[in-house]
Amino acid sequence: MNNNTLEKFSYDNIIVRNFIFATMIWGVIGMVVGLLAALQLVFPVLNFADITTFGRIRPLHTNAVIFAFVGNGIFSGVYYSLQRLCKARMFSDTLSRINFWGWQLIIVSAVATLPFGITTSKEYAELEWPIDIAITIIWVVFGWNMFGTILKRRQQHLYVAIWFYIGTFVTVAVLHLVNSFEIPVTFLKSYSWYAGVQDALVQWWYGHNAVAFFLTTPYLGLMYYFVPKAANRPVYSYRLSIIHFWALIFMYIWAGPHHLLYTALPDWAQTLGVVFSVMLIAPSWGGMLNGLLTLRSVWDKVRVEPVLKFFVVAITAYGMATFEGPMLSLKSVNAIAHYTDWIVAHVHVGALGWNGFLTFGMIYWLIPRMYKTELFSTRLANFHFWIGTLGILFYALPMYWAGFTQSAMWKEFTQDGVLAYPNFLETVLQLRTMYMLRALGGVFYLTGVIVMCYNIAKTVAAATVFEKNEEAEAPALPAVYHAHKGDHWHRWIERKPIQLMFFSLIVILIGGMVEMIPTFLVKSNIPTIRSVKPYTPLELEGRDIYIREGCNNCHSQMVRPFRSETVRYGEYSKAGEFVYDHPHLWGSKRTGPDLHRVGGKYPNSWHYNHMLDPTLTSPNSIMPAYASMLENILDISDTEKKIAAMRTLGVPYAEGYEKNVHAEMRIQADAIVKSLAADNIKVTRDKEIIAMIAYLQRLGTDIKVNDSTSIK
Amino acid sequence: MLKFIKSHMSTIGGIEIYPLISFIIFFVFFLIVAILVFKESKENISIMSNLPLEDETEHSSNI
Repeated sequence: MNNNTLEKFSYDNIIVRNFIFATMIWGVIGMVVGLLAALQLVFPVLNFADITTFGRIRPLHTNAVIFAFVGNGIFSGVYYSLQRLCKARMFSDTLSRINFWGWQLIIVSAVATLPFGITTSKEYAELEWPIDIAITIIWVVFGWNMFGTILKRRQQHLYVAIWFYIGTFVTVAVLHLVNSFEIPVTFLKSYSWYAGVQDALVQWWYGHNAVAFFLTTPYLGLMYYFVPKAANRPVYSYRLSIIHFWALIFMYIWAGPHHLLYTALPDWAQTLGVVFSVMLIAPSWGGMLNGLLTLRSVWDKVRVEPVLKFFVVAITAYGMATFEGPMLSLKSVNAIAHYTDWIVAHVHVGALGWNGFLTFGMIYWLIPRMYKTELFSTRLANFHFWIGTLGILFYALPMYWAGFTQSAMWKEFTQDGVLAYPNFLETVLQLRTMYMLRALGGVFYLTGVIVMCYNIAKTVAAATVFEKNEEAEAPALPAVYHAHKGDHWHRWIERKPIQLMFFSLIVILIGGMVEMIPTFLVKSNIPTIRSVKPYTPLELEGRDIYIREGCNNCHSQMVRPFRSETVRYGEYSKAGEFVYDHPHLWGSKRTGPDLHRVGGKYPNSWHYNHMLDPTLTSPNSIMPAYASMLENILDISDTEKKIAAMRTLGVPYAEGYEKNVHAEMRIQADAIVKSLAADNIKVTRDKEIIAMIAYLQRLGTDIKVNDSTSIK
Repeated sequence: MLKFIKSHMSTIGGIEIYPLISFIIFFVFFLIVAILVFKESKENISIMSNLPLEDETEHSSNI
């Protein structure tokens, strides 16, 4: 610094405060919805209306927690720390406001669509195409505001937290754009651009990296800022933090295929995912140790400061989750864990422990500072800490137990070589106690959050002053930078944040491209199966009902090549069977049985009764009743458009086929009505249930074991 | 060069070269970063790591 003229400016605290309040409000809402979903698995009667069925509520819960609670948490921390690390006010107050209100609007639009079955069905990307565009715009606004601030900074160095923010911005942009390629059919309906195996690969490249670059990298940035602040100590090792950054963003992007082990994804892609997932332990644990060791000389403070307690548990939970992740991506472990509640436990250690507790610590630290006051009650904050920790334990442990139990029951054979639990429902009912305990853990955790809201509200109410614009001063940066001897090597990249952005983009693109391009271009990755045909119009409409109701939140459509699965469900799933599936519906959790081979397994009347009330066919089933499907008239006003859209995507419907769809649908529907009448069920052909039955009876029937010859 | 890429792209044979190339790129990149980071002077590192702590007069809080 060779310039001593001090410039006066101010920090914008209003935007930070607004994001904090939004975080708290959406946090409570998202967790209440989660609690409802948890209780529905014990008391199915809680699926009391179409808009509250588990299949629709579950995506609402995940979106609310990820994008509303954690998303606003990211913005709170970034808007506070970025200004101070750059010694500059945010680039534009208007952009800050657009970022804030735009993001809240997006969340509200999620609440206004998901419960009504308006969904793309792709996990964590369920929002329909107009909202996807809105997300893109607001994200660009955020990036614009961030880079504007970085460019007008008064601090030469870019602290490592800012690198994490830049990496987050770039990667989330790429992920969102690539995964959201979809063809609009109507204003609130679209089909994924990709099909089957490719759609699954893109989806989990996105899904896993949403965890990486929305729930991890921004929060690591926050950790590198707020933990040193709260401990009043610099980070343990700045060198480690640099290595941590580059290694983490490079490796994370590869790990997506570990969500698809033993599926129809090509083996080489699966192996690639495993290798990089295992390597991820190194940077993740490097980051965890860096966080924890920052506190190495202030453990006495940890005893009395709730903020530090929250940070310790958050970083520990991060360490546990990032050790467990690589373990789960070993194929032998994944064979046990996939589709079970173990995965649910895993994500909640991350969400409740790492994201939740880091957010709470940050809020307890920020609010008293911005309001120039003491926290209303340290005792309540300590209470929040303990009941929250207890909540995490009561959540995670029963879920581990449930996961192991269910997996063991699925795989068990008797001495005679038949399945020990041929009825899937037995394995579900076994878990009820664990689901009850999990809900209790949720109640504990939610109680803590509500206590925090009360504590913060009292703190704010008692404050006499809120510094809307915090005065600050710093010397301006010299216009010309003078390099001096022994200059920091990173300086050239740091001095030009755009270069940093560019390099992190290159780094993440390498992984993304290597994984995807071969899978998209190599013909032999997906052997063509002659007998696989596109869905009939009625089946397509049935499939859209399946998507609308979120059936894929509880039912997979992917039989893995294990004896325990082929005996239970039938022939394992082949990549070539999904070539017309826009989007894929493989699912990732089996709360109910796999449905890929359900076609032809039961008579039509079984499906009719099962939808009317699942307990009629499966006593004690926890599936919601879909009696409304028996009453609702099937909406066929867009069928032609749907067929045309599918043709655009490469599904081989002949030109002009649209003209015949209604006639074809009638013929197929009449056949189903007739077979139901034979079982004394009277129903007209225009009901939704008919399309649903048509789709379910079609599932997995395209190939028979002796007819799965591939055409090379 | 393009022919070399195309031939791999049209057949699954030789596909393993892609992860291999990427891994090498990553590993070299990682080594360079590591070497440069450890060559960095203590003084500079300490300036950097103290950045968050000097943005305000830190009063020890007793929350």
